[in-house]
Amino acid sequence: MAYRSYILVCGGTGCESSHADKIYQNLKNEIEANKLSEQVQVIKTGCFGFCEQGPIVKILPENTFYVQVKPEDAKELVDEHIIKGRPVERLIYSASDDKNRKSVIAEEKDISFYQKQYRIVLRNCGMIDPEVIEEYIARDGYAALEKVLFDMKPEQVIDELKKAGIRGRGGAGFPTWMKWNFTKGATNSETKYVVCNADEGDPGAYMDRSTLEGDPHSVLEAMTIAGYTVGAQKGFIYIRAEYPLAISRLKIAIQQAKDMGLLGDNILGTDFSFDIEIRLGAGAFVCGEETALLASIEGKRGMPIPRPPFPATHGLWKKPTVINNVETYANIPMIILKGGDWFASIGTETSKGTKVFALTGKIKNSGLIEVPMGITLREIIYDIGGGIPNGRKFKAAQSGGPSGGVITEEFLDTPIDYENLAKLGSIMGSGGLIVMDEDDCMLDIAKFYLDFTVDESCGKCAPCRIGGKQLYGLLDKISQGNGELDDINKMEDISLAMQRASLCGLGQTAPNPVASTLRYFKDEYLEHITDKKCSAGVCKDLLQFNILKDKCVGCTVCARKCPVNAISGERKQPHEIDQNACIKCGECYEACKFQAITRG
Amino acid sequence: MTSTPALHQNSAEQQELLHNIVDSLKDQEGALIPILQAAQDSLGFLSTESLKTISKLLNMPYSEISGVVSFYSYFTTMPRGRYTIRVCLGTACYVRGGKQLLEELKKILQIEVGETTEDKLFSLEVGRCFGACGLAPVLMINDEIHQRVKPTKLAALLAPYKSENDSEATDESPKISQEDAQ
Repeated sequence: MAYRSYILVCGGTGCESSHADKIYQNLKNEIEANKLSEQVQVIKTGCFGFCEQGPIVKILPENTFYVQVKPEDAKELVDEHIIKGRPVERLIYSASDDKNRKSVIAEEKDISFYQKQYRIVLRNCGMIDPEVIEEYIARDGYAALEKVLFDMKPEQVIDELKKAGIRGRGGAGFPTWMKWNFTKGATNSETKYVVCNADEGDPGAYMDRSTLEGDPHSVLEAMTIAGYTVGAQKGFIYIRAEYPLAISRLKIAIQQAKDMGLLGDNILGTDFSFDIEIRLGAGAFVCGEETALLASIEGKRGMPIPRPPFPATHGLWKKPTVINNVETYANIPMIILKGGDWFASIGTETSKGTKVFALTGKIKNSGLIEVPMGITLREIIYDIGGGIPNGRKFKAAQSGGPSGGVITEEFLDTPIDYENLAKLGSIMGSGGLIVMDEDDCMLDIAKFYLDFTVDESCGKCAPCRIGGKQLYGLLDKISQGNGELDDINKMEDISLAMQRASLCGLGQTAPNPVASTLRYFKDEYLEHITDKKCSAGVCKDLLQFNILKDKCVGCTVCARKCPVNAISGERKQPHEIDQNACIKCGECYEACKFQAITRG
Repeated sequence: MTSTPALHQNSAEQQELLHNIVDSLKDQEGALIPILQAAQDSLGFLSTESLKTISKLLNMPYSEISGVVSFYSYFTTMPRGRYTIRVCLGTACYVRGGKQLLEELKKILQIEVGETTEDKLFSLEVGRCFGACGLAPVLMINDEIHQRVKPTKLAALLAPYKSENDSEATDESPKISQEDAQ
């Protein structure tokens, strides 16, 4: 080690929004003020994953893991930890909630959030400064590219991917080696393209963002390997404009790689030349669909076209194009370096390697996790995620975003892989995993996703454009208490038509949240329709708040909290709610200390 | 997007700016979207006049350009307020109360989504996931993310933006500590 200590500060978007940048600056200033710049290096890294506890600061070589650090803590960290060698206990992850039940957990490896994780894609996130190419190289970065260029033929690269069994991480799970092989074998044009799909649009998913922010070079290296393998000279990264930090880190990375001869003309002195350009998305979810994405790069409205022909032969400007997702690419350098057999040894029979999930919603430890395929949802939610907060009960987890479905308690022990999730009526998707508890209404969740897909439908094909709207209308009708039993049959019919007849994945999968919630929570739909009730207390039109006269002590708290003055009553006398004035905000229900208010 | 610099509509300055943008980008393949993005970033929004200028410079039908502009939600043809508030309604934020935030904001600002307050200070938008799901619910005011926001604290959160505008108009967003937001 060139320095005696390293202070790593998380520079992911989550922690940045909690002023991690200020923490970094303050730490640097403190180190300089103490004349320690020669001995201690402060580094801004990518995401550590444990977003719930951010901002995170880790100090090496002790591996001390500080959480919820504030900018004003910088002085104490430097004075105590760095100068006096005493850890700052109050900032160390307190494990009162942690399953390991130690009072203080100083090291990452002892935190249960990290124990079942296996990091391939996120190997460098939180380890290196993503804006310094040397740090990537020091961790075997670009060694895979070197190996490919000097020791491997394109066929061998494809063989290695085949052995690895890696499948597309964008959602559908198509074998990566086949995509590359089709493009490599395409003879309709000399010009070929490599495209990276970084148009991460699923609400509740931010794996690709964190990968690009924390380790941009891994994607550049893999795209270059893809270029060599399929015979392309040009690559495009299509990334959402909403990700400014990832875009700026990619730009820096591309420039550094060019300066070092790892990108551009005659890479590493060989005949092979490859360049990468960034294209920004403009806020259209459908552009995550590959043909729509390619249309958008071409400067057109991002509308899908029927396949075949597939992009592998007729892609960007009708040229053969290999298009993969960020996470798929980030796996490739490790597969080349460690071998396909190593990769295939992780995971299940049909799904190899790991998967990164954004674990969010009603969960104690929100964050970004990477787990081996085949792990169970129970392990993810309870061992890694720490369970459901506020003593609530688990109801369902939603995977696959607007294209996916819910997984219920009875399937918590099913090993997660592409096939098992499909059997349960969900999909792997890009990796959003949203946990819901008993306060979430399944009909409302289905409505939420339909609202999203109706909004994002490009309008080209009728099944998606009209079907989505009708499906949403039925859900809305039921949630307002006007549902009829026949509406369920109608929804099933519309869903089937959309699944079979829509042009692209967006329309085909848009009914999935409805189909899936109907499958597992039909009772809840029936409750809305026949009893006109929403027991989760979400659908406002079906709610009514009442005050129990025998429990109300007349403390007037509810009357004072009510924003529309709908509650009246004398002090120390039972109060009453004027149902016509009530806006059903639930303030009174939350405020009452005597459980005198009912919701139903 | 920083605060809106929507000045000099249809002025010579604007024409020159559009010329420069088109000139610097038109040679790449599929240049239209990068050109529109650059134009909106400098002008704040895409007026009919701007689009007509771009149409002439690229020798591309206005209808085609307008089709692209209306397709993507990033583009706006209306001037925005000084601060664009985007409430995240991604799934994580939704289940942790994003919708209540939006309702409260509509009440406070007296505008609907997509509208701008009369004093041209705030525009209200809905976002689909900013990738800060661990800190849900979040909202963005221009480029700054505010995390774990509660409806009851919204007025306090907006106050510094209002007062800053009263005292002196600068391009810097006021810095708000996390405690204020909670």
